[in-house]
Amino acid sequence: MSSFPWLTTIGVVPLIGALVVSALPRNRPQLAKQVALAVSLLVLVLTIVMCAGFEAKGPRFQFVQAHDWIPAFGAQYAVGVDGIALVLIALVAVLVPVVLLASWYDADPTPHPMAGELTEGAEIVDPPKRGVKTFFALMLVLETMMIGVFAATDVFLFYVFFEAMLIPMYFIIGSYGGPKRSYAAVKFLLYSLFGGLLMLAAVIGLYVASANQGLGTFSFDKLTQLEFSHSTQIWLFLGFFIAFAIKAPLFPFHTWLPDAGAEAPVGGAVLLVGVLDKVGTFGFLRYCLPLFPYASRTLAPYIIVLCIIGVLYGALLAMGQKDLKRLVSYTSIAHFGFIGLGCFAFTTQAATGAVLYMVNHGLSTGALFLVIGFLVARGRSRLVGDYSGIANVAPVLAGLFFVSGLSSLALPGLSTFVSEFLVLVGSFTRYPVAAVLATIGIILAALYILLVFQRTMQGPLAAAYTQMRDLQFREVLVVAPLIALMLFLGFYPKPLTDVITPAVNATMQDVGVKDPAPTLLSHSTTQRR
Amino acid sequence: MPTDIQAPEILYGPLSPILIVLGVAVLGVLVEAFVPGRLRRIVQIVLSLAGLLAALVAVVLLAGTNKLVAGEAVAVDGPTLFLQGLLAILGMVGVLMLAERSLDSSGGAVVSKAAVTPGTREDVALSESDAIQSEVFPLALFSLAGMMLFPAANNLLLMFVALEVLSFPLYIMAGLARRRRLLSQEAALKYFLLGSFASAFFIYGVALLYGYAGSVDLGRIFDATGNAANSDVLLFAGIAMLAVGLLFKIGAVPFHAWTPDVYQGSPTPVTALMAACTKIAAFGAVLRVFYVGFGQASWDWRPVMWGVAILTMVVGAVLAVTQTDIKRMLAYSAIAHTGFILVGVIALNKDGLSGTLFYLATYGFTTMASFALVSLVRDSSGEATHLAQWTGLGRRSPLVAGSFALFLFALAGIPLTSGFIAKFAVFKAGIEGGATPLVIVGVITSAVTAFFYARVVVLMFFNEPAPDGPTVAIPSGYTAATIALGLAVTVVLGVLPQPVLDLANQAALFVR
Repeated sequence: MSSFPWLTTIGVVPLIGALVVSALPRNRPQLAKQVALAVSLLVLVLTIVMCAGFEAKGPRFQFVQAHDWIPAFGAQYAVGVDGIALVLIALVAVLVPVVLLASWYDADPTPHPMAGELTEGAEIVDPPKRGVKTFFALMLVLETMMIGVFAATDVFLFYVFFEAMLIPMYFIIGSYGGPKRSYAAVKFLLYSLFGGLLMLAAVIGLYVASANQGLGTFSFDKLTQLEFSHSTQIWLFLGFFIAFAIKAPLFPFHTWLPDAGAEAPVGGAVLLVGVLDKVGTFGFLRYCLPLFPYASRTLAPYIIVLCIIGVLYGALLAMGQKDLKRLVSYTSIAHFGFIGLGCFAFTTQAATGAVLYMVNHGLSTGALFLVIGFLVARGRSRLVGDYSGIANVAPVLAGLFFVSGLSSLALPGLSTFVSEFLVLVGSFTRYPVAAVLATIGIILAALYILLVFQRTMQGPLAAAYTQMRDLQFREVLVVAPLIALMLFLGFYPKPLTDVITPAVNATMQDVGVKDPAPTLLSHSTTQRR
Repeated sequence: MPTDIQAPEILYGPLSPILIVLGVAVLGVLVEAFVPGRLRRIVQIVLSLAGLLAALVAVVLLAGTNKLVAGEAVAVDGPTLFLQGLLAILGMVGVLMLAERSLDSSGGAVVSKAAVTPGTREDVALSESDAIQSEVFPLALFSLAGMMLFPAANNLLLMFVALEVLSFPLYIMAGLARRRRLLSQEAALKYFLLGSFASAFFIYGVALLYGYAGSVDLGRIFDATGNAANSDVLLFAGIAMLAVGLLFKIGAVPFHAWTPDVYQGSPTPVTALMAACTKIAAFGAVLRVFYVGFGQASWDWRPVMWGVAILTMVVGAVLAVTQTDIKRMLAYSAIAHTGFILVGVIALNKDGLSGTLFYLATYGFTTMASFALVSLVRDSSGEATHLAQWTGLGRRSPLVAGSFALFLFALAGIPLTSGFIAKFAVFKAGIEGGATPLVIVGVITSAVTAFFYARVVVLMFFNEPAPDGPTVAIPSGYTAATIALGLAVTVVLGVLPQPVLDLANQAALFVR
């Protein structure tokens, strides 16, 4: 492994790109888009090269770098990736160029080129947008922050990215979103800040607790070697957990997501649900479990109850939504219930499943959001009831909608199935009742996806949409890689599981739990065969 | 009784920062008397800036000094020099803001004849005249000299003198606003009356403490608190009265009521000076009194200060939410920040001291620059301070709105700005000092403050500008320099704070 600072490079390139984009002349919007896309593709290439250099059987953290940053606080600039962080950074690198290409016209002040004629009563009048290059620069800044948050191995550095990430997203929602965008942006910012500030207290508490043991540090490696008293663990755990649960979002901390997801521009929504929310579940695995093993073991049953409520409640509410983007947001709440279940079931299978789920959910919900975004750009309405029989005029759009929907309901053969299955099998061995209840969520998922497909795509064509155009080449190009990845990983998830499993094992070791009775495990394995 | 009083030996070197500023202020008065009118203003500006720069140089040369001078009445130590240096820099920034003339169509921010009754014919004529006055510069320097003495005073009587020296010019300056004269005069009168009450409390507390310890030296008071034979009643009453005077100056609840009115009514450069410099000086005095004088009596005052800090954070944050005037909102936000800084004071450890010093530095720059930005947004009747008028500013003037958003995020404590590091420093000290509940109140109220900061950002960026909205005046180099300095400090201290943290850490040692 070379000593080339891969993570720093990958993190800094988008930031430089953002500066370049914002320095471009205002009257060359096309150039700004192209530069931004080129930068994000460069990041993707660099990330692929880095991933190729990752040794699955090597040390837990690789591409490590550490420099003193603020010695007064014991804070370091320390980065490094384990398998979990690696796959999530790869997810970021894949999604950003996709999202940039998908948002090609979203920030334009002129009406969307795909938009149909305005129809009476059904339209959404989008408020004016704020300039093209700002949008693309914000997206690139966001990419830097997202990479930083996964790469940080210093709690202070992680916190800095965790909070700073809110600001670009806040402007993306607030300046480029739908009609209720400023309400959604503020709600998003305040919820996240509130959680973040509670976490700030816990971060400081963590430092002081480590200083009381003679070693004031934020370094993840050193912190995992310390033993904190039980009550300290519980309090600090809660500080971190609430912040992550708001981010993830788990029931009952989820109420900001439907608004933010619905009002954000499509590109923003994909990154919000696909990546930003993963920071919460990533935080469970990276920080909550290893740093506070006692608290995690003690509180896990309660958290699992919340997750199960999330799975069922999210699915039920998704079925009742009239707004397509809110619907997808609620399905995500259900999916995050699954991920939370996988994180807190404390089995290798479940946790591996949870990490896989994070990646696959990013791909499948990303695809779903993108297709719905294309639909909304054409039909100018987010309401399910306004559409009917779209498959007649836009078969490609309908087909992609169908595939993305199937991946959301975890059809075997698509990657989401692997992760959902692993989570259920892994958690069944420890929490059978919870796993059985969560299985109901799968049935509900089939309902909400198929119902909405039936209502919008099939049946008689709505009169207003007879002129609707099918997807452009650009739009197909955007969704195609996501669906290809879902298919590939659905049949051959090994490249991912190979890097994830060692990291998950290390995490389980930190928590101090072993996989439960092997008889049960082999029993369920045989069932799988 | 000894018949001859020995005059204390005065070491002029360690006192030089204060003496330079006082001397320049006196020179400024002479300039008013003897320099011809058209040259006066520019001479005053150059003189004031040079004086403050000289004071800053003196502070730098004195770095590392740690002794009591002038008969143990003045402590020249780390915190003193840190705060004096800070006051010299921010004083220069304040002078720059006062020097700005290109914003208002008829001259600077201060009126030429403050005594004219508002609403009279003379007043109307005054509002149209472009007459200016330059007495405000020596006034500011007198006030700054008092501020520099305030945190250095190791003797409660001297501290009282410093308090009055810093307050009197401010009472006058508060009434000097060129526009909205009635509000300004109300502000001046309110500040004067309430300030006098606070001073009276302070001096009464000094008297009681003299009765308790037999001395007004903080060192002697410290010694006396170790002696159980002394009357606790005198001590408690003395601390309480003294605290009223000091808490008034820092704007802590329940002695905060003057802040919004005075911040709103005063000319904006003066508001900036009050919000940043007065707070810095007063916190310096609070630190010295509680760390040096009452360090051993912490069991007696800490519970009360806990209550004050919690009230200050909660009241400041909650009332700021309901404000519709940008200056009043910043005033309530200043109250909330007073509460956050008090967490560092109450920590009562070295980290608390250095954290408080660092917080004051970052807060001072951010606050001054944000008031400078407020003075840019104007309509025909002066500054457009109503929040509704700021709607869509991001459209009209992205640079101004973007800078203001950065300052708001710094005040809200978002990472990668100086405000985050500062908040982290005091909260860390708080938890180390056993004040975890205070820190939890602190983070929750921080979330509340984020609400109204975010609301301003929403107004500026996410809403459409009103057709008859205010204009953004193009500032001259004076205000532009203020804002640029504020931006630079806010970002640099947010990303690379270590040098200044080191400085604050080295400074965090009181001489007894």
